[in-house]
Amino acid sequence: MQDLTDAFVELIRRAATQLPADMEQALRKAQAREDPSSAAEGALNTIIRNVEMARQNSTPICQDTGTPIFEIHYPVGISTRKLADQIRRACAIATEHAYLRPNAVDSLTGKNSGDNSGIDYPTMHFNEWDEDGIKVELLLKGGGCENVSTQYKLPNTELGAGRDLEGVRRVVLDAVDKAQGLGCAPGVLGIAVGGDRGSSYVKSKQQLFRPLEDTNPEPQLAELEDRLLEEGNELGIGPMGFGGKTTLLGVKVGTLHRLPASYFVSVAYMCWANRRASMRVQGEEITYA
Amino acid sequence: MRNLTVPISEAAIRELTVGEPVSLNGIIVTGRDTAHKYMIENFIKTHGAIPAAEQAVYEELQALLHDGVIYHCGPVVQQNNGIWSFVAAGPTTSIREEPYQADVIGHFGVRAVIGKGGMGSKTLQACQDHGAVYLHAIGGAAALIARSVKEVIAVHKMEFGVPEAFWVIRVEDFPAVVTMDSHGGSLHQQIKDQSAIRLAKLIKS
Ligand code: SF4
Repeated sequence: MQDLTDAFVELIRRAATQLPADMEQALRKAQAREDPSSAAEGALNTIIRNVEMARQNSTPICQDTGTPIFEIHYPVGISTRKLADQIRRACAIATEHAYLRPNAVDSLTGKNSGDNSGIDYPTMHFNEWDEDGIKVELLLKGGGCENVSTQYKLPNTELGAGRDLEGVRRVVLDAVDKAQGLGCAPGVLGIAVGGDRGSSYVKSKQQLFRPLEDTNPEPQLAELEDRLLEEGNELGIGPMGFGGKTTLLGVKVGTLHRLPASYFVSVAYMCWANRRASMRVQGEEITYA
Repeated sequence: MRNLTVPISEAAIRELTVGEPVSLNGIIVTGRDTAHKYMIENFIKTHGAIPAAEQAVYEELQALLHDGVIYHCGPVVQQNNGIWSFVAAGPTTSIREEPYQADVIGHFGVRAVIGKGGMGSKTLQACQDHGAVYLHAIGGAAALIARSVKEVIAVHKMEFGVPEAFWVIRVEDFPAVVTMDSHGGSLHQQIKDQSAIRLAKLIKS
């Protein structure tokens, strides 16, 4: 296998500096929807100009370049240890080039490692698949929006939320209300229903990799996604919490099997800077999307 | 969009109401946690007995902050041939300065505080008492805001570290929105109250 370190640096650069086309398009649509010269419209205008500037200058879209989360799909026979080493090296190089801010802090000493290396940092998930190439997806998950991400245990009497999709709808709307503008709204929600606390959170973040315009193959979930998007926006929180029609740009829901005793709903809140990028390695050829 | 130019008069501030987008021009100062604590301990709690070593910084800050603007920001900076510039300059979360902000506004005659996330009732009261506003910058728009910083004029208390020092900067067309005004209005509270009512409607029955 060839050394992919440089390719990973490029993947990081793209994620940090180029907002995905579906996100940018959603922001533009949102801007057109808001009242002209309202605070909401102004905020979206600033965000869009910032996105354009970052792409042109190849500088980070946001100064918080977040936690890098890598999802790696690889064929039989590839050394995941080697891939992990190359990804870690790429993070250090990307930090040198200022595509990433030094973001990894030792939880005991408070010391910043300076190069985005650390214990279980960055996040990497390896999935063996039956295709012969490698696919690596990257999400840069911001801290402000991570702080408003949350998890519910159903039933929740306060919200009248039972162990069904109606209950899920209720707690998710509550989460959006609690977040207000603090996750740098308008955001995208990744939601997981089921699992244990840990697997549920992981799954909720994985939903954020889905393109905004895809349709959930499970009709009940597709319906829930549409409804939550609409009702989340009805809350009127708006960009940055300034009020307005756009609080959410997308909602994606996935499920996991759970124990009979537990019913968790995890809500991963992703800010407007929903920075994801992916890369495919097919023989010698490397392509990015 | 309304233009605000530093120094800002009290009359100009009193005209502003929540929800109004503004474009800021002129010389402003950054300050976050360490800076606010420092101002309280050395200038405000000492009741005029300014420590001799801090006298020079005090006079600078007095001139800058009277009818001036303080920005909650820990910038990423760069130095080329001895000249500083801002690379990324997005707002940081303001609520951490809530214990200090009201006193700083009152003592120096600050007219605007810029940050993100809004502030609490003590600051809102100070805005009413002294004629000041809270301006919300756009979270995440670090590249664009850095571009509106045209010049780094000076830096004080560099020993606090780059993010915590007082950076004196000249900005042009700095975009923000008034979210707390000098009449007791808080957009944050309004939006919260309104979304609570809508949430109750969406999940009733
Ligand atoms: S929440 Fe997102 S946009 Fe806001 S500061 Fe953090 S990374 Fe940037």
